[in-house]
Amino acid sequence: MKPTDIAAPDYFHKVVDCQWACPAHTPVPEYIRLIAQGRYSDAYMINWKSNVFPGILGRTCDRPCEPACRRGRVEETPVAICRLKRVAADFKDDIKQRLPKPAPKNGKRIALVGGGPASLTVARDLVPLGYHCTVFDGDPEAGGMMRTQIPKFRLPNSVIDEETGYILGLGVEFKGGHRIESMKALLAEKYDAIFVGSGAPRGRELDIPGRKEAAANIHIGIEWLANVSFGHTDKIGKRVIVLGGGNTAMDCCRTARRLGGEKVTVVVRSGFEEMKASPWEKEDALHEDIPILNYMVPVAFKHVAGKLIGVTFQHVKAEYDAKGRRNLVPSGDPDQTIPCDDVLVAVGQENAFPWIEQDCGIEFDKWHMPKVDQKTFASTNPKVFFGGDAAFGPKNIIWAVAHGHDAALSIHKLLSGEDIDERPLPEVEVSSQKMGIHEWSYDNDISIDKRFKVPHRDKVVALKDIRAEVELGYDVKLALGEAHRCLNCDVQTVFSTSLCIECDACADICPMDCITFTDNGEESDLRQRLKAPSPHPDQDLYVSSDLKTGRVMVKDEDVCLHCGLCAERCPTGAWDMQKYFIEMTHAGSTCPTKSRSAA
Amino acid sequence: MTYIAKPKFHHPGLKKNDLGYTHRDYEGKISTLCAGCGHDSITASIIEACYELSIEPHRVAKISGIGCSSKTPDYFLGNSHGFNSVHGRMPSVLTGANLANRDLIYLGVSGDGDSASIGFGQFAHSIRRGVNMTYIVENNGVYGLTKGQFSATADRGSKSKKGVTNTDNAIDLVAIALQLGATFVARSFSGDKTQLVPLIAAAIRHKGASFIDVISPCIAFNNHAGSTKSFDYVREHNDAVNRLDVLVGRDPIAVDYAPGTVQLVEQHDGSKIALRKIDADYDPHDRLGAQTFLAKHAAKGQIVTGLLYVDPEAEDLHEHLNTVETPLNTLEADTLCPGSTVLDKINASLR
Repeated sequence: MKPTDIAAPDYFHKVVDCQWACPAHTPVPEYIRLIAQGRYSDAYMINWKSNVFPGILGRTCDRPCEPACRRGRVEETPVAICRLKRVAADFKDDIKQRLPKPAPKNGKRIALVGGGPASLTVARDLVPLGYHCTVFDGDPEAGGMMRTQIPKFRLPNSVIDEETGYILGLGVEFKGGHRIESMKALLAEKYDAIFVGSGAPRGRELDIPGRKEAAANIHIGIEWLANVSFGHTDKIGKRVIVLGGGNTAMDCCRTARRLGGEKVTVVVRSGFEEMKASPWEKEDALHEDIPILNYMVPVAFKHVAGKLIGVTFQHVKAEYDAKGRRNLVPSGDPDQTIPCDDVLVAVGQENAFPWIEQDCGIEFDKWHMPKVDQKTFASTNPKVFFGGDAAFGPKNIIWAVAHGHDAALSIHKLLSGEDIDERPLPEVEVSSQKMGIHEWSYDNDISIDKRFKVPHRDKVVALKDIRAEVELGYDVKLALGEAHRCLNCDVQTVFSTSLCIECDACADICPMDCITFTDNGEESDLRQRLKAPSPHPDQDLYVSSDLKTGRVMVKDEDVCLHCGLCAERCPTGAWDMQKYFIEMTHAGSTCPTKSRSAA
Repeated sequence: MTYIAKPKFHHPGLKKNDLGYTHRDYEGKISTLCAGCGHDSITASIIEACYELSIEPHRVAKISGIGCSSKTPDYFLGNSHGFNSVHGRMPSVLTGANLANRDLIYLGVSGDGDSASIGFGQFAHSIRRGVNMTYIVENNGVYGLTKGQFSATADRGSKSKKGVTNTDNAIDLVAIALQLGATFVARSFSGDKTQLVPLIAAAIRHKGASFIDVISPCIAFNNHAGSTKSFDYVREHNDAVNRLDVLVGRDPIAVDYAPGTVQLVEQHDGSKIALRKIDADYDPHDRLGAQTFLAKHAAKGQIVTGLLYVDPEAEDLHEHLNTVETPLNTLEADTLCPGSTVLDKINASLR
């Protein structure tokens, strides 16, 4: 293998698994260290800069970082990254002084359609640069789906008000209750750019017999949740069936439990394991005595005299064809009818752009989705950008934020007369953490604690009050314990070939047997000859250039604890622990265009 | 020196030996030696050899004297018996322990000061008696704990860190062990684990006095130009006569050797050593030949490493003394002291 080029910004970025997996690339270990030091406001601001909604995401994020967390490969469970984010939000001081100051207006006007996370991120990035941003939303308050679809017992209004408030307070013009009905009309208003962050607002229908006849008791999940959120709906029947296996279904069933649903049942077509809902959301539903029945396909709504009395299901089983594709085929068991008073349909969300006329210069594909550039988020109309669920279909908040940052950068470049396809490289800083012979500026003593549970409100109390937040969040002591579980993957092991005397000290001390000195070879061959097995080929090998004896140093990044013992036991300083900090390029950052040399 | 304990986590895919242990289970406390010390590599090699042999840690007694090297038993086999004796007295303590309980595996760990100076006589007599043990000298040619004076194994003409030339002749412990009748004699280098680990494993399986001289660079005081025990010098002057693989049990030889290049040595306990010859003429069963070979190469400034001599049919001290199979420490008082009638009989037989 060729010697690893650690100067390429992506190499060390990949080692920070959580940050690499996060769509917004939030510097996770950095803010967790700040939390451990009690510097909650600093931790919050790092998050705020990167993911805009730390308090909201700290409660609701889909957490792509956690399955990626190295800790999950070292022991059973990853660090509770998401809930630590909430800790920063919960314990911070007043941070208003730290928010960007309004810049002199540059005379450019941007229209943002939809007041959800994508649009608000664009506004957050552009307003401090002097742009006049106008956000339009059909609802009276900002927040979009974060406010309408996520139940208050998971995300209280106060948190949404606070974090949308920080953005609107920068000087965003928010036009609530103003639904954009025509793109053509909006284009005619001569905005310099338009950003569409209108989400995926339509709940998918379930067109089976009885749908029309029993319509009064069949509700579309996200619409019903919005009605609950705005207080239009405050009760439901005693027996409720929720159809669907995503996070919306979980929100529906738990909301139903709080509005009078005594016997709430979730029924999914697929297997329990394959459900789209996050594992922890399934857990929370089960904890609230909501059974989840699987491999059952709804075939008819049963009704008597226009009144829903139940849902009939066909039992299916999964069969896999030669290509490994799954098919659900009837299992042969007799159909089952489950009696109920109400049904909540949460079988998916769809985009809908009835307000975008065909002659706006915005092309759509065969699935009726706008043609959007994956990198720049530009549509075929150079002035119109898309982001969040509106761009590529339903995802989650953190993706909307990531889209927002990228779209804001595009808009800023477009209106500065630059080529939007040229994306500036992120800014990378690498600095030694050595303080003394065996002293480091980070805590390298590895905690062996198991993941700490987030305290929950008592179930009886929680089920009585739909606005009572179920999760209480970590207290300071639990947060400190959980923060110590972080392996500081951003503190990188950096190897200098010229200093190595091949004494083996690093290989001997490494608790995870990550380091091997051996003859060079092809990657597949090298992976066979390492001190410990190498089960994750997606985890890079760090290979040195040739050493004095002709061998090379090979480090499997996979389960490195970043404990720094290799560097402590190295007599010549050939190993050093260096903190890697990557700042993603946002609109208005000073943009380095060349890669910088690390270390 | 490291202040944090070595993290308890280990690689989730670590292989386990026949006892279900990983090599991490054979570790001791974290080393307090200088970073990069050759002794730590020997520690790692002992751990690896014991792991590969699936040795039960409670069947091992590790005994040492005084010095950097003699500190190392604290860093391996944390669940074994240990005795840190007076300076240079490891061989006597080991001999006594071995006499009392012949069932344990004895690891004597010593250094060049402990064995070639203050304990030179002790070393000589334990070898001469054929105590069943693995005697490892971690040889760095320097008194590290007292900041770098020449030890008795420092080569004449080699230079100290401050540039002083050594005018005394060196003691070659391997040559002496051969002369004194050690039945397993080897030399190796801490920077070459592929050679050292099987040597330690073979020595542990050897019945009789096994002696391994391991050259182990002292990073702090003897790893400079002019030293003959530095990483660079040893790597340049290393003349390995053979490499070996230790085969335990009935496993067939899985490694494919070119014919004529491998010599199989079956030890007393049925384990086999597959010797891959590097020097085709070298015969590890010829004590006299080994002595001559060693002397010739030493004169040329070469450091001969590998398995230099082995007598697979060796006997040990217990056989010489004709002691009972049962370890003496488990015999009851009436067996050990059968009473005055028996004594009278013995006395009568001698009249």
